[in-house]
Amino acid sequence: MARSLRQRFEDWVTRGQRPSHVPIPLTRRRIYILPTRYGYAFAVLLFVLFLWSVNYSNSMGFAFTFLLAAVALNSMWRTHDNLLGLVVHPGSAEAVFAGQEARFGYRLENPGSTPRYGVGVQWQDQTPQYVDVPARGSAVVTLAIPAQRRGWLRPGRIRILTRFPLGLLQSWSWVAFEQSVLVYPCPRGQRPLPALQTGGSGGGVGEQNLGSEDYAGFRPYAPGDSPRRIAWKAATHTEQWQVKRFTDQARPELWLDWRLLGIDNVEPRLEQLCQWVLKAESDGLQYGLWVPGQRIEPAHGDSQRRRCLEALALFGEGGR
Amino acid sequence: MIATIGGWVGGRRRKKTAGPPAELLSASALTWLLTTLLLAVAPRIGELPVWLTLLFVVGVGWRGWIAFRNKSLPSRWLVLSLGLLAAAGVLIDYRTLLGRDAGMALLAAMTACKPLETRSQRDGVVLVFLGYLLVMGNLLYSQDIPMVAYLLAVLLVMLASQVMIYRQHAGLTAFAPLRLAVKMVVQAIPVMLILFVLFPRIPGPLWSLPRDAYQGRTGLSDEMMPGTVSQLSKTDEVAFRVRFVGDMPRANQLYWRGPVLWDFDGRRWARIDELPARPPAGLIPEGAALDYSVMLEPSNRRWLLALDMPASPPPRAIMTASFQILRDRPVNEVYRYEMRSYPQYRTGPLNEFQRSRALRLPESGNSRARALAAEWQARDSHPEALVNAALALFHDQDFRYTLTPPLLGGDSVDDFLFRTRQGFCEHYASAFVFLMRAAGVPARVVTGYLGGEPNQVGHYLIVRQADAHAWAEVWLPERGWVRIDPTAAVAPMRIQEGLYAAVTDPQTLPFLVRRGGDSEWLRQLAMAWDSFNNAWNEWVLAYGPDRQKEFLSGLGFGPVDWGEMTVAMTVTLAGLGLIVVGLRWRAGLVRQPVVRAWSRCCARLARRGLARGPHEGPLAYAARVAASRPELAEPLGEIARRYAALRYGPEAAPAEVRQLQRLVRQFRA
Repeated sequence: MARSLRQRFEDWVTRGQRPSHVPIPLTRRRIYILPTRYGYAFAVLLFVLFLWSVNYSNSMGFAFTFLLAAVALNSMWRTHDNLLGLVVHPGSAEAVFAGQEARFGYRLENPGSTPRYGVGVQWQDQTPQYVDVPARGSAVVTLAIPAQRRGWLRPGRIRILTRFPLGLLQSWSWVAFEQSVLVYPCPRGQRPLPALQTGGSGGGVGEQNLGSEDYAGFRPYAPGDSPRRIAWKAATHTEQWQVKRFTDQARPELWLDWRLLGIDNVEPRLEQLCQWVLKAESDGLQYGLWVPGQRIEPAHGDSQRRRCLEALALFGEGGR
Repeated sequence: MIATIGGWVGGRRRKKTAGPPAELLSASALTWLLTTLLLAVAPRIGELPVWLTLLFVVGVGWRGWIAFRNKSLPSRWLVLSLGLLAAAGVLIDYRTLLGRDAGMALLAAMTACKPLETRSQRDGVVLVFLGYLLVMGNLLYSQDIPMVAYLLAVLLVMLASQVMIYRQHAGLTAFAPLRLAVKMVVQAIPVMLILFVLFPRIPGPLWSLPRDAYQGRTGLSDEMMPGTVSQLSKTDEVAFRVRFVGDMPRANQLYWRGPVLWDFDGRRWARIDELPARPPAGLIPEGAALDYSVMLEPSNRRWLLALDMPASPPPRAIMTASFQILRDRPVNEVYRYEMRSYPQYRTGPLNEFQRSRALRLPESGNSRARALAAEWQARDSHPEALVNAALALFHDQDFRYTLTPPLLGGDSVDDFLFRTRQGFCEHYASAFVFLMRAAGVPARVVTGYLGGEPNQVGHYLIVRQADAHAWAEVWLPERGWVRIDPTAAVAPMRIQEGLYAAVTDPQTLPFLVRRGGDSEWLRQLAMAWDSFNNAWNEWVLAYGPDRQKEFLSGLGFGPVDWGEMTVAMTVTLAGLGLIVVGLRWRAGLVRQPVVRAWSRCCARLARRGLARGPHEGPLAYAARVAASRPELAEPLGEIARRYAALRYGPEAAPAEVRQLQRLVRQFRA
């Protein structure tokens, strides 16, 4: 409950901020500052020192207490300035499988002439990652953000914070970038790969015997078809794009088909398919993918793998 | 109190399960912390029990060894029991855990044990806080300039350690935290001064202090035995300093009146408790007044010193019937007060109580002295004749003035007058008053200080403990109480020239009280230093509730109360804050809009699909954009060049910033 309250408070504070796709400079208006737990403890300490000075009529005790108070005040200004003017650049991230961590790099640029020490970048309640940002330089912080579900992962708001120099106060700023990474389903499942089929022989399902070697006429375009197979010449004449069909007689091919899986739930099916894709790729097979609403012609290689995984990741989301 | 803070900061450590794990303290931060703590305890090493010093060195050394060799920390139970044992040790040694000495020992014990369980940043903060308390504890022992300078240095190292706790991720070189600490302290000084001058001072103490709070002060006591004053003469500690409004009076008028002693038990003279004189003691001035201010060093006694005879007490003090000035509480800080005295005076009549008290002697003892007094009285009972007879005795017979008199037997007066004949002022005063009382002349002993040394550098008078003196007062019908200094009959130089000239064995005197010789230049140097100390005392240490009111009222605002002080403080701080904010605003005005303008420009290009890469500098970006959109080459190139110059170059004029903003406004992607 407390966490959600905090979340709501943050939402309220940052309500005016839209996710940005350009670097965000940390301006005064964005920087907040509050005492830390040690700050409050320090205030109690100051009070104790003050009482002590009064009780012993100790002139230097007063001076010492006041000096510490003034230093704390000074540190407030420094803690605030440690963030002021920093420019936060969003970084890209590589796609990951669900259950892994997506690594987002953020670059902190310091245009000023004073180095910034101990600047932390924090995502939600994770431990902040601290870096020093040299004067007129920059430093990169990589946040590992857990990818729990397939689909688009948007880290959203991150917090830039610092307690430097004395740790009595913390200043922070929330920044949000228009930034996302694709999360593939977790490759999971016990089933062995389906049986290999050779071109034309399989009456099985759909067009699973289609290959890339021998031309075999046209069929209408469906989403997921490779652009290389679109009959561009024909496309200039008609509304409906046509896709060239090939049959691959020589190489056995594998259809990773949604319908082969008698599993009730969607996610386990996708996970099994994902596992199959990886297995087929590593086994060096030609493989195609069929899921409701999308088919991917058999092929092999990194781009095939990526296309299949993307299709699985975005299944049911209508793509992006 | 200390334990509460420690518990408050450290206690929540293991209760909290959610949230980030406690971050570990780096070895460099730990090194800084341990060094700081050693420095903070160092001034007290001589006073702490030996076992505690050992514990401290072992605790800190052990922790350092653990860090250095990468060993694991001792178990929590071991540390806890060590801590409890140390606290028990303090309790046994001091019989209390409260008060200055025991508190300091307890603090040192905790500081010795705490490092052994220090691993996280949180523990580091607890150590720093303990360090601040140690610094404060040291101030209760001494506020001298060298000590304050030392503690300021310790504070700097402590702040640097605190910086290190948070700066352990790399970065700072060894002395950068120290430099930062110096910068912070220098920048903090104006605020500290404002608070020091204007923060309304509350007269302490708020609750009664443990008895040991001010141990170890030397000075006059409220009783006098043979040896008490000569003992004081062996220390050259400053008792008080005096600044006169006009010229300094002559040396033979510098009788600084302290406790007046009435009761004699055969060996010891003692004060009696007196109420404020009502009506005021009955001083009849016969001459010009002397105005002066006294900076009294802490004595842990209530009496304030004043020249014979004080006219009226300063605020928060009373004057008794025997012209003693008593403050409402003991003087435990450097205390400054202003006085007016009349060197020429008469006093009023003597009441019956005083007369009987001023004539009272023990039932028996010192029979030879009593016989001598009776003999004088039979010859001439006129009080002045009796006084002269006694003074003549000291002058004409073989009496010597010495700091190292032989010990006296049970009948101390007889022993002195007829056997040893060597004594310091207390011997003479005591014997004189005894003889007077025995001869029927009301008399009493007055202790205080005589003389003082003019400091030519600062134009004030230094009175040291070595100037302690005792003299007598007799009551004469026509003139009231009259000061008689029997020492003058033996060693007139003591009054005219000071102690150095008077004693027959000057090598027994402390260095600063001696005169002449090869080391005169060293003494001159000491005088300059003392003058500095006096300024420190007068303007800094004596700045308490009274002095604050006086100082602020003196600025021309009339009487100032604490409410007005609070307002003045707030206004001054706010003014200072405004100045700082204004300066920063002017500096920020130049750079901040530059970044904003550039971001706006980039955002426009990003909407056209030409987003800036995360590692692309402004000029590289402009070049890339120019390659795909040649028509943008010129305006964007101009913006990028100006942006780079304004952003990374030296401070630029606001006009240039406005030019950049104009270019960005006109820029259409």
